[in-house]
Order: sequence, then C-alpha cells, then structure tokens
Amino acid sequence: MSEVDVRAAIAQVHHEEWARVVAALTKRFGDLDIAEEAAAEAFATAVERWPTDGVPPNPGGWLTTTANHKAIDRIRRENKREDKHKEAQLVHDDTPSEPLGAIEDERLRLIFTCCHPALAMETRMALTLRMVGGLTVPEIARAFLVQETAMGQRITRAKAKIKSARIPYRVPSAEDLPARVSGVLAVLYLVFNEGYLATGPDTDPVRHDLTAEAIRLTRLIRALMPEDGEVAGLLALMLLTEARRTARVSASGELVALDEQDRGAWDAALVAEGHRLVRERLAAAAAGVSPGRYQILAAINAVHTSAREIRDTDWSQVVALYDQLVRLDPSPIVALNRAVAVAELDGPEVALAAVERLDDTLAGYHAYHATRADLLRRLGRSQQSRAAYDKAIELAGNTAETAYLIRRRDQLG
Amino acid sequence: MQYLVSVIDDGTGLATPTEDAAIDAFNDRLKAEGYWVFAGGLGAPDPATVVDNRGGEPVFTDGPFVESKEYLVGFWIIEAPDLDVVLKLATEGSKACNRKVEVRPFL
Repeated sequence: MSEVDVRAAIAQVHHEEWARVVAALTKRFGDLDIAEEAAAEAFATAVERWPTDGVPPNPGGWLTTTANHKAIDRIRRENKREDKHKEAQLVHDDTPSEPLGAIEDERLRLIFTCCHPALAMETRMALTLRMVGGLTVPEIARAFLVQETAMGQRITRAKAKIKSARIPYRVPSAEDLPARVSGVLAVLYLVFNEGYLATGPDTDPVRHDLTAEAIRLTRLIRALMPEDGEVAGLLALMLLTEARRTARVSASGELVALDEQDRGAWDAALVAEGHRLVRERLAAAAAGVSPGRYQILAAINAVHTSAREIRDTDWSQVVALYDQLVRLDPSPIVALNRAVAVAELDGPEVALAAVERLDDTLAGYHAYHATRADLLRRLGRSQQSRAAYDKAIELAGNTAETAYLIRRRDQLG
Repeated sequence: MQYLVSVIDDGTGLATPTEDAAIDAFNDRLKAEGYWVFAGGLGAPDPATVVDNRGGEPVFTDGPFVESKEYLVGFWIIEAPDLDVVLKLATEGSKACNRKVEVRPFL
C-alpha cells in the first residue's frame, strides 16, 4: 500500500471510528477529557506506524486498544489513585434505555452528553464537532471565526462542567427523548446553516466543511435512530439544500437566487436521496404520524427540487406546506418565508401586505428587507425598493448575498 | 452528589400564601423521595452584615457584599445522582416558588 493510500485509509478510519473510540473510552474511564486525548494519541500513533506496519485488519479495534493503553498510561502518569479517579467519574447508567429501534450504540450517549441543554448552544456545537465529529480545536475555531485559545478554553470548560456538575452519560428516558432529540437536531442544523450561509466579511460564502460535517453527523444519528421522523426530515432538508450548493453561488462569488439557478448543476444523487426520505415521511404522515418542522421544511424543499424549471414549481403546494408549518411554529421568520411563496401564488401585492405586518419583529433582519425590496421592485415602486435594498445590504453578513443585493439594487430603474 | 439550588429574587418581595403552599408541597415531595438535605428562606438582603477579618482588625460593614437588583432569597440543598435529576427537580422548584433558580454542584 502506498503512503498516499495509507493516508487515505487513516482519514477514512478517522471519519468512521473516531466517535466510536471516544465513546468506548468515555464509557470505560468515565472521563471525556481522558477519552478525547487518548483517542487523539491513538490516531497519531496510527499515522506514525501504519505506513511501515500496514493498516491492521480491524482498524477500529486496533485504535480502541491503542487508545485504551494511552489512557491507562496517562492515568498512571498522573498518579491518579483508582478510587480518586472513580470519584470524578461520569455517571454512566447501565440500565438499558427504551428501545430506539436501533442497536444501542455508545455513540448516542456521547451525542446526548455533548448536546446537553445545560450547556450553551455554541458550546454544544463545538463539543459535538470535537467529540463526535473528531474535528480538531483549530478546525472548530476556524469554523466559528474565534481564536484557537478561546475555542480550546470553551471546550475545556464544557468538559469540566460535565464532570463537576455530573451531566450524565446516557440516552435520555423515553419521556425526555423527544425534547432532547430536537435539541441535538437544533445543534446540527445550526452547524449546517453556519456552513450554508456563512457570516463574516472574510469567509467563503459557503463553508462546505461545515455543511458536510453536519450531514455526516445527521446520517450517523439517522443510522442510530432510524424510526425518528424528525431525524429523517432534517437529513432530507440538509441533502436537498446541499444539492443546490454549487448552483447557489456564481463564479464571481455572488448569491444566485432560486429562480436564477442552473438546475442542471444540482447534485442529482443528493436530490434523489432527499426525495426518498421525504417520500418515506409522507407515507408515515399518510398513516397518521403528524410531521414536525424539519419534515415540513424538507417537503417544501422537495417541491422546489422536483420542478425542472422555476415556472413548474407547484406554489400552491409550497404555500399549503407553509400553512402547516405556521400552525406548528408561528414565528415571524416562517411567516416571512410563507409570504415569498404567496407572492408567486397570489401576486406581490398580497405578499407585501403580509410582509409589512412583520415590521415590528423583523426590522433588524436582512431577509425581511431583501424580501420587501424584491416585492416593491415587482410592484414598480423603485424608490421604496431601493431604500429597502439599502437596509438589507447594511444588515446582510454573507459576502455572496451582499453582492447579489447590490446588483439587484443597482439594476433598479 | 449534592447540589445547591439558589432561589433568585428580582424584587418580587416575599412569597405569597399560594407560593408558600406550593413550596411546602414541593418540600414534602423532596423528603418523601429522598432528595431533601436542607432548605431555607432568607428574605431581602438588607439586614446583612459583611465581616472581614483578613487584616489585623475585623471590619463589619452594614448591608450585603454586593448590591444588586437580584439577590439570593432562599435555597435548597438537594441530594441527586446527576444533573438531569436535579434539573428536573429545580424546574418544579422554580414553578413552586415562582422565581428563577440557579443549580450549582457542591465540590
């Protein structure tokens, strides 16, 4: 095996086995910090040894064994007495949890611990990317545009809180499960969105590293909880959004709106996979399971990605799905997105009236002004449209979106 | 594992009779289910006296050590196996006393 092949093999094993190794070690040693460090050392040893020794037949087993030795070495080095060590152990609950429709997997405990509601949202995102995703601290710091030392401290503090406040290492009880799963999905969706509409003047408009990682982790949760409709919904939503990624930013770095995208450039495999998941959820809905918000959002994206041309879009279906979403989540942002679809069905005038009702709550949100600007433009009210574009440009944080808004404003007569 | 559940008041004043009754019921539950260690009500911080005997002479200062609109008005000490259990209890405690609570583990 060439050195390049070995390196590719290690990268793949890292993707597949990192979370499993961390989870197994956390279970054994009751300490996230020891598990994380030992896993990192085991992978470093693989990088050192595999090019000469070859890739072992069971790479995951090799890594777990190596990491176990590293952890024991560290505990000995630090001269921690076994009883003292036990004191600080994570609460690991061995009573079998409610059947989840999947083989109980240690990685689930890890995910629920990293996404615990007692941790701040940005901490949950960072910790999940580190412990479950296996991203390094510098990678996570870059992803969220913070200093490496600050990100390192955030993760260290989180691990210390998990230990001292005794955040348990377990899958929540059936009673708490829906809320906790939706907490995990919220973390993954935020990671995805930060990648899909990256903010900051010096970042790429789309951060593929983050969207890909969010999808990979959502796939993992899907494999662990195949019966959960919202997990399937979120995965479908991400896939159908990711499918349009390359068509969404032009060569000159400008955002391309849905109606101007080259639909041939969409990733057909991702669209097909997303549609399969949406069909699965539609079948469940037909059987009486009411869909959650990710499933409805995925269905909306499925309608868009089913249209060969923008004019083929089934807008009445889109509006009907938004109506369903409003009943579930009556937030102004949902109402704003619904108005965009209403403009296509009932015309810009009706939509504008709906949008302007949101002025109280959304005046600080760039998409509110961008939507209003576009509707005013379509109604021929150029002067007001220009003012709305100005406001949207002032508030937008994504470079590609700013470029798009500036062009639309400058095209006004 | 023991946790301090501090009750934070932001100027609401003393507990109403309804709140008192809810707190009593919650306390009974803590005792019946084995979570209870100790609890107490403090009221407003005005009568506090700060004592500092780090130097040669003890210094007494009238009033609380920090002036704040929000102050500790009472607390529970709860014995619980992990944070999930105590967060659930604290959620009920907050409802019972109709105030924010803060959960902190003892060392």
